Amino acid sequence: MRKKIKIKINGKINKIDDKTKLSDLVKNLKVPLKKVAIELNREIVDKKNLNKIILKVNDKIEIVHFIGGG
Amino acid sequence: MKKDSLIISKKKFNSRLIVGTGKYKSMTECAKAIKISGADIVTVAVRRVNITNKKKPLLMDYIDPKKITYLPNTAGCFNSDEALRTLRLAREIGGWKLVKLEVLGDKENLFPEMIETLKSTEILTKEGFKVMVYCNDDPLMAKRLENAGAAAIMPLAAPIGSGLGILNKINIQIIRNQTKLPLIIDAGLGQASDATIAMELGCDGVLVNTAIAKAKKPFEMARAFRNAVIAGRQSFLSGRIEKKIMGSASSPKKGII
Repeated sequence: MRKKIKIKINGKINKIDDKTKLSDLVKNLKVPLKKVAIELNREIVDKKNLNKIILKVNDKIEIVHFIGGG
Repeated sequence: MKKDSLIISKKKFNSRLIVGTGKYKSMTECAKAIKISGADIVTVAVRRVNITNKKKPLLMDYIDPKKITYLPNTAGCFNSDEALRTLRLAREIGGWKLVKLEVLGDKENLFPEMIETLKSTEILTKEGFKVMVYCNDDPLMAKRLENAGAAAIMPLAAPIGSGLGILNKINIQIIRNQTKLPLIIDAGLGQASDATIAMELGCDGVLVNTAIAKAKKPFEMARAFRNAVIAGRQSFLSGRIEKKIMGSASSPKKGII
């Protein structure tokens, strides 16, 4: 079995497989890529490069979208 | 008659009414109210995706960003760093460059923190954003925002969500007279006539959220605001009569029996 690591997604701790690619994580979460922006450790990630990023312990991911607001 | 469009950063909009998409009972209600209002621009907030509940409705499924201009907003930000982070993310979602900057300074009165706002305007403008800036109704600060490269000046009428209407008409007039930038009243309007007053003062547009979303009949209020903005603009362009202290009869004196 693959080793698990802890990361934070939108402020919540999640356990994921070690060496998971960011593109796979986003796919598993069923995030509509065209409608979101993604930050990894406070840096905006170019959505074209998601499959080049391998997640590490304690990575902090933010996935945001537009909601109603004034 | 020449078409009277609202122009912001060289982009033309038919409607001078901008509406917020917050505080509605549902996305369906929000979308319908926006349609009735005739708005071409809507403000939207940037927030975390709910990754546990994927069935939650998405704003983009109800309001098509190809048909209506999304104006990402930094509502809820209390310093420049938060605001910059929010708008950079907003740009990443879909290339939005036209944005609304709102940096608040107090959780109770929600007045804008103008030092942080000015700082953010300078940085965002350098990064290529077209920044529509929520600000206090202070002519000096409005001038500084203009010098910093703001795309539009958006002074408050009154505190956000207060419904008090325009509290300081003189300040708004002074700002109008000193700037050629789009001047849009943002926040604090309570009823349709407040929008008419803003337009009669020579403002280029108004931004309304709570007054429509929280009205007992949001759809009727959306229609009222649409008409009020048109009426106010026509009234402004028509050149009002001078104010006089004494009366001036409307019927001729000649031929009185």
